[in-house]
Amino acid sequence: MGGLGVHALDHAGTAGRPGSVVHRLDPRAKVVGLLGITLAAAVAPRGAWVVPAACLVALAGVAWWARVPATVVWRRARVVLPLVLLAAAVVPFVGGGPSVAVGPVHLSVEGLRTFGAVAAAATVGTLSAVLLTATTAFPDVLRALERLRVPRAFTLTCAFMYRYLFVLGEEVGRMRAALAARGFRPRTALGAAAVGRLATALFLRGHARGERVYLAMCARGFCGVMPAGAPGRLGRAEAGFLAALGALVVPVSVWAQVA
Amino acid sequence: MDALRIAGLRHRYPAGRLALDGVDLAVARGERVAVLGPNGAGKTTLALHLNGLLEGEGEVEVAGLRLGRDTLRAVRERVGLVFQDPDDQLFMPTVREDVAFGPRNMGLDEDRAAARVAEALGAVRMAHAAGRAPHQLSMGERRRVAIATVLAMRPDLLVLDEPTANLDPRARRELAEVLDPLPATMLVVTHDLPFAAEMCDRAVVLAAGRIVADGPCREVLADRALLAAHDLELPCGFDLGLVATRPYAASAPSARRNAISTRVPGP
Ligand SMILES: Nc1ncnc2c1ncn2[C@@H]1O[C@H](COP(=O)(O)OP(=O)(O)OP(=O)(O)O)[C@@H](O)[C@H]1O
Ligand SMILES: [Mg+2]
Repeated sequence: MGGLGVHALDHAGTAGRPGSVVHRLDPRAKVVGLLGITLAAAVAPRGAWVVPAACLVALAGVAWWARVPATVVWRRARVVLPLVLLAAAVVPFVGGGPSVAVGPVHLSVEGLRTFGAVAAAATVGTLSAVLLTATTAFPDVLRALERLRVPRAFTLTCAFMYRYLFVLGEEVGRMRAALAARGFRPRTALGAAAVGRLATALFLRGHARGERVYLAMCARGFCGVMPAGAPGRLGRAEAGFLAALGALVVPVSVWAQVA
Repeated sequence: MDALRIAGLRHRYPAGRLALDGVDLAVARGERVAVLGPNGAGKTTLALHLNGLLEGEGEVEVAGLRLGRDTLRAVRERVGLVFQDPDDQLFMPTVREDVAFGPRNMGLDEDRAAARVAEALGAVRMAHAAGRAPHQLSMGERRRVAIATVLAMRPDLLVLDEPTANLDPRARRELAEVLDPLPATMLVVTHDLPFAAEMCDRAVVLAAGRIVADGPCREVLADRALLAAHDLELPCGFDLGLVATRPYAASAPSARRNAISTRVPGP
């Protein structure tokens, strides 16, 4: 069962060798390091191809240390990357300035450059995200964000979403099955009405669920403030990880900005 | 001192429905009481009162502590309420985090909270699942983890709302095996009469917000007229006489068995 792409979420778990150096790093180091790489690629001047190249080398290094197979990286990146590239692919058609003719269509040279830069940055960002989720369980990412002073309201919302997405997904599955069992085919306007009611029912169920969850939290002594978790430790391994990534990416980025 | 004392408890929902209509109940320390009753009898409403989640008229006293605004925190630490649906109870991304939620709310430091988590998960035989997400567990496993979330607070009184709902026979047996050795006083709200017969020495029947019968579990369950009057029935062919031969009965503390009042008011 489980509509709503719940299974896609299930595949987002960790991969590679669970005991690897990278897997065991404090999640904060991984969040900061991989986010840093993404930022470096995003702010690189157009045409400075060395920056995304350096980022990709760094990411390849992380993947190798974590023993995350290339096939896994490819399979997960494939889900997101086309969407990002598609958005970027519009640019060459609408950009101004000199253009090149490719068959019957004219592509803006500036636009092509921009597309290349955006595509490179998007690839680096996607691969960073894939490697972060492959080496860190989602709850650990959340806790890392929390300790990095991301507002608690945001991390808590993510935590509840992660938890109840599956519950809601199961509920959607059950409701769809109930509709299908009674011969429902979403073809007519009447069908649209049924889907509308399904959405309403889902909302009400979600709301009732929220109230019961809140009661259950109060029953265990909750009074409005989430208790804090265990503090982590940033040790030599974390410093080494960040230094290695920095050594690869920072000099190249600085050079590209200056040149 | 009684583990639980309820006197004249009445509750009316805002919608106007009188869900509890003068409930009186005293439960001795270590006793296990089944709360039986048809749908809509007020069982869940009663359970929510024991933790101060609902407020009504009347008195609730847990281990001598009168429930009120000033004692709410203390009472919630003593009463462990396990909800009807484990998905309501387990809301954190991992089992470990969820079980640690109660102890952390009690103000325990990380080391002691972690020790409580290990102890509670061990008691329900779910230590291996600490790092997993609740949605990855089976219904029976979720139920046991939900029980661990309150055991981690070391409650004096354990209140279980429909603990066997949606469990297959094996999960149900595992649940009985997990609950049986626990020393806590228990209130087991259930429609599952065989489960009540296995777990509890005493049973009360709640109907339309009142307690209409109270006595040794076997006597209450043997009273066919009483059960029929309140839409309760034992499964076809179920033999109360065989219940005593259950394998885990031998381990039950015998002190519990002597503290039973035999007051059986007529319906
Ligand atoms: N939030 C609410 N608002 C209004 N009425 C309610 C509410 N919750 C329950 N009731 C009503 O109060 C009565 C007692 O409900 P309660 O949930 O305590 O019954 P129950 O014995 O637990 O039933 P079940 O076996 O179905 O779980 C029912 O008639 C119900 O309709
Ligand atoms: Mg109920």
